[in-house]
Amino acid sequence: MTDVAIVGLGIHPFGRSPSLTGLEQGALAARAALVDAGTDFKAMQFAFGGSQDGGNADSLVNLLGLTGLQFTNIWNGCATGGSSLNAAYSAIKSGQYDTGLVVGFDKHARGAFNPQPRDWGLDDWYGETGLMLTTQYFAMKIQRYMHDHGISRDTLIRVAEKAFRNGSITPTAWRQTALSRDEIEQAPMVSEPLNKYMFCSPAEGGCALVLCRADKAHQFTSKPVLLKSAVVRSRHYGSFEVFSPSQAPTVAPSPTVTASRAAFEFAGIGPEDVQVAQLQDTEVGAEIMHMAENGFCRHGEQERWLREGMTEIQGKLPVNTDGGCLANGEPVGASGLRQVFEICHQLRGTAGARQVPNAPKVGYTHVYGAPGISGVNILAT
Amino acid sequence: MASQHPLQPGLFSWPSEDPELLGSRCMDCGEHAFPSQDSCRACSSEQTEIVGLGRSGRLWTWTIQSFMPKSPYLTYETAETFHPYGVGYVELPCGLKVESRLRENSPETLAIGLDMDLEIVPVRSDDDGRQLMTFQFHAAVSP
Repeated sequence: MTDVAIVGLGIHPFGRSPSLTGLEQGALAARAALVDAGTDFKAMQFAFGGSQDGGNADSLVNLLGLTGLQFTNIWNGCATGGSSLNAAYSAIKSGQYDTGLVVGFDKHARGAFNPQPRDWGLDDWYGETGLMLTTQYFAMKIQRYMHDHGISRDTLIRVAEKAFRNGSITPTAWRQTALSRDEIEQAPMVSEPLNKYMFCSPAEGGCALVLCRADKAHQFTSKPVLLKSAVVRSRHYGSFEVFSPSQAPTVAPSPTVTASRAAFEFAGIGPEDVQVAQLQDTEVGAEIMHMAENGFCRHGEQERWLREGMTEIQGKLPVNTDGGCLANGEPVGASGLRQVFEICHQLRGTAGARQVPNAPKVGYTHVYGAPGISGVNILAT
Repeated sequence: MASQHPLQPGLFSWPSEDPELLGSRCMDCGEHAFPSQDSCRACSSEQTEIVGLGRSGRLWTWTIQSFMPKSPYLTYETAETFHPYGVGYVELPCGLKVESRLRENSPETLAIGLDMDLEIVPVRSDDDGRQLMTFQFHAAVSP
């Protein structure tokens, strides 16, 4: 079977774009990806797109051109981008299509999300009494993890420091100001043990990728990146997930663990082969836990990894080189694709000031989100 | 005194001198759920029964809600009267961990492993002036 290549990369800067709708930000990202691939929308045989609050992704055809292509909307929570990529991967891998577009965009209101219990199969009491907050879940998960695996508050601070430092050298990031250790440590507490600078915020932005059969990639670019695996998995009974009024007695591995294992198996490589990674960091604890859940270290080893700078751009395994969700914010529909966009630049050697040294050849992306869904992609040149 | 009613029927026994949480137990695999459900999330069975889950447990993890949540939060409080509240998972004797508000709301008063007891507390009044009640846990008083 043919391999699948990513041949075009486009982004509309993350953050706030008051004069643009979410859809317009998606269209700008799509046009940028098409230009990067040296092609145009008329050449696209299919598109997969998704957005939470930015409108129907397939409305993009009004802005990009009514060419009659197959355009399928994908909505899968925080794994929307990963799911779109998975669908594009299958469409090309199966031989159905040669060339297509994946696009995600969003435009969220300021402040935290306010999900409604009924949309999650819960009754109103759960939200009315103040339990329906993702921030509480993330705080409680890392609180228990710190207790079980000896992770210190210092390590939480180090992850935030790294994120804003990397954001400060990423032109398309929202937060472009590095923060000192003191600034992070003394920020207002949101949900113990996590404070204001330890959480990402809902934001705006767009991201798009052009994909094709690998044997046609050189028609579009001299630097194709192969999509070696694109996997999405949901939760098992017992995994500790958001919006759960109760949890099973025995804690089961998270969907990240199962998605990661499957992705490595498909790609025929292991965690030790990965040279640069994007791991979902909706808050600092998530990045720490995801280092182990994706197989890059053992539980508890993150303490030493962060202390020794092993996840810095110059480190053994650079993680979230563009500042991740912490520095970019999270436009849900676009966020997972931003991770892939960044890894592709790292593998092309075009990541500018944040370029990982020694020409990395294998990269990894991971999203995780409500209500217990995870998407992993493995990329290689 | 205003009459007191559960905000959501079926979560706990009420009114009662000695209220306890109510959940379901799967008659096929024995797994518990809270709130109760007609099917089992562990084995897909449709044979479940309502059971008492007790009124005491141990704190499995916790956090503190520092700011007043947006809608759908709906209590007596206003932005001016809001007080931070604890949130945690309490591990019950059957092993199930139930998410709950906690009476304690400072890091000094909360720790994983603490013994916790159930209490029933007012949330707000409805349009008929009835006081609506929910459950929360608090640190057990040492004997």
